[in-house]
Amino acid sequence: MKWHRWLLLLPFIGLLWVPFYNFREPSLFGFPFFYWYQLAWVPVTAFLTWLAYRTYSHED
Amino acid sequence: MRTEGNHAALAVFLFFFALVTVMGFVAARWRRPETLARLDEWGLGGRQFGTWITWFLIGGDFYTAYTVIAVPALVYSVGAYGFFALPYTIIVYPFVFAVMPKLWKVAKDRGFVTAADVVHGTYRSRPLELAVAVTGVVATMPYIALQLIGMAAAIKALGLAGELPLIAAFVILALYTYSSGLRAPALIAFVKDAMIYVVVIAAVALIPGKLGGYAEVFRAADEAFRVKGSGGILLAPDQYVAYATLALGSALAAFMYPHTLTGVFASRSGNTIRKNAVLLPAYTLMLGLLALLGYMGHAAHLRLSSNNDVVPALFQALFPNWFAGFAFAAIAIGALVPAAVMSIGAANLFTRNFWKAYVNPQIDEAGEAAVAKITSLVVKVGALLVILYLPTQFALDLQLLGGLWILQTLPALIFGLFTRWFTAPALFAGWAVGLIGGTWLAWADGLKPLHGLTLGETTVTAYVGLIALGANVLVAVFVNLLVPARRMVTGPDASYQR
Repeated sequence: MKWHRWLLLLPFIGLLWVPFYNFREPSLFGFPFFYWYQLAWVPVTAFLTWLAYRTYSHED
Repeated sequence: MRTEGNHAALAVFLFFFALVTVMGFVAARWRRPETLARLDEWGLGGRQFGTWITWFLIGGDFYTAYTVIAVPALVYSVGAYGFFALPYTIIVYPFVFAVMPKLWKVAKDRGFVTAADVVHGTYRSRPLELAVAVTGVVATMPYIALQLIGMAAAIKALGLAGELPLIAAFVILALYTYSSGLRAPALIAFVKDAMIYVVVIAAVALIPGKLGGYAEVFRAADEAFRVKGSGGILLAPDQYVAYATLALGSALAAFMYPHTLTGVFASRSGNTIRKNAVLLPAYTLMLGLLALLGYMGHAAHLRLSSNNDVVPALFQALFPNWFAGFAFAAIAIGALVPAAVMSIGAANLFTRNFWKAYVNPQIDEAGEAAVAKITSLVVKVGALLVILYLPTQFALDLQLLGGLWILQTLPALIFGLFTRWFTAPALFAGWAVGLIGGTWLAWADGLKPLHGLTLGETTVTAYVGLIALGANVLVAVFVNLLVPARRMVTGPDASYQR
């Protein structure tokens, strides 16, 4: 499923378009949205990269 | 000062420093090669590092001691804007995933050790090779100097006066890098990264409790910025483009540096690199939490003479002494790994793309390794002299320009992996325009990373390195269209065959 590789573009869109997340609310565990939204992209990006990783053969 | 406590801190610090020193020298025997007298053994650890070693090595080398000091310091002083390091160190991995396995394969198949080797192998152009090599070395030198600043901050916080401790630490580092090559930082990185993780987890778990919780930390920071009248815990609308372009430009530049590329080339396979692109974001999570120490500095009402003191001061105020010593050791050891890899990367470039290219083309493998070992010593002494005799600001300014410069090597190094359309003269022209134009813009703005671009009615402020990269690519495309295309030679280059 090579289309999974296109998922790697999502972090660029989600993080480089600042108006998506430059807010205080809703906050989570005391973190304003600006902070937890960007921190949340860390595991999300790792997961998307893993999906893309599975489309490669592990030989090379 | 808390003299007794400082003894405990100092003892812990010295213990760990002694431990990694022994490890640095023992590393020469680790995964023992037939001989270290070959550049891809000394300088790339034999290209056999698997997933975990690569994870520790690149993590230890990319998230430097200076990062640990400087990112919280920037967040402390300007707020949300300093957080661009987080999106930067997230989007860098999809880029690494897509690009670096291809680059690794070219290097592995043809025995290349440096970025400039790859460029010469692809385009058969000595000028373009030299451009990439010189840019790499010049951009790396101030970066090594910054590691010394990080180490100096930790040593100062321990209460050790004078420059002697710093010099001693660096001389030891220079000696075991000389004898063990890339195996030394790769082995030390295990200790360094484990220590940094312990410190960061302790800091983000314990410190907010002492300061009244995360909500209170953000409230205190918000209040401090309001009183100060500048900065803030959210971005101002005119900072949006600056934030995004700094993140993107830094992400594209990050793996053009010799030290990060050394980590890539030293891995065992393309698959190792892809797996690491999945696993390395763990360090980014740590960096994001670490950045919040800047706000904790506000909540703890620290009084600082310099923003760079925020992390050491916070540890000293809120950790028991022995643990503060552990934390400072983590930072100081954190400087050793990148400084070692940077000097190795610079030495590899000098050896392959200057010495072998211009001074002694007949040099054999043992000769290459000998030249690189000496060069790594010279590079480190140079960085030490810069820190001892030139103002700190000089290293910081050079580091800023270094990021801009190294980014200009991207088209020459990366485009050839995906298309054969570009020619060497076009890429060289693009590199020159990006480098000179970008430097001029930054210089004219008083060495600031941001430049205001006026597009019709509106002015946007963007990262000058990315503006220069735009000019670089445009010029390369333009020259390629104008200059009649000569077929590029893509056959294997005899001089690199082993």
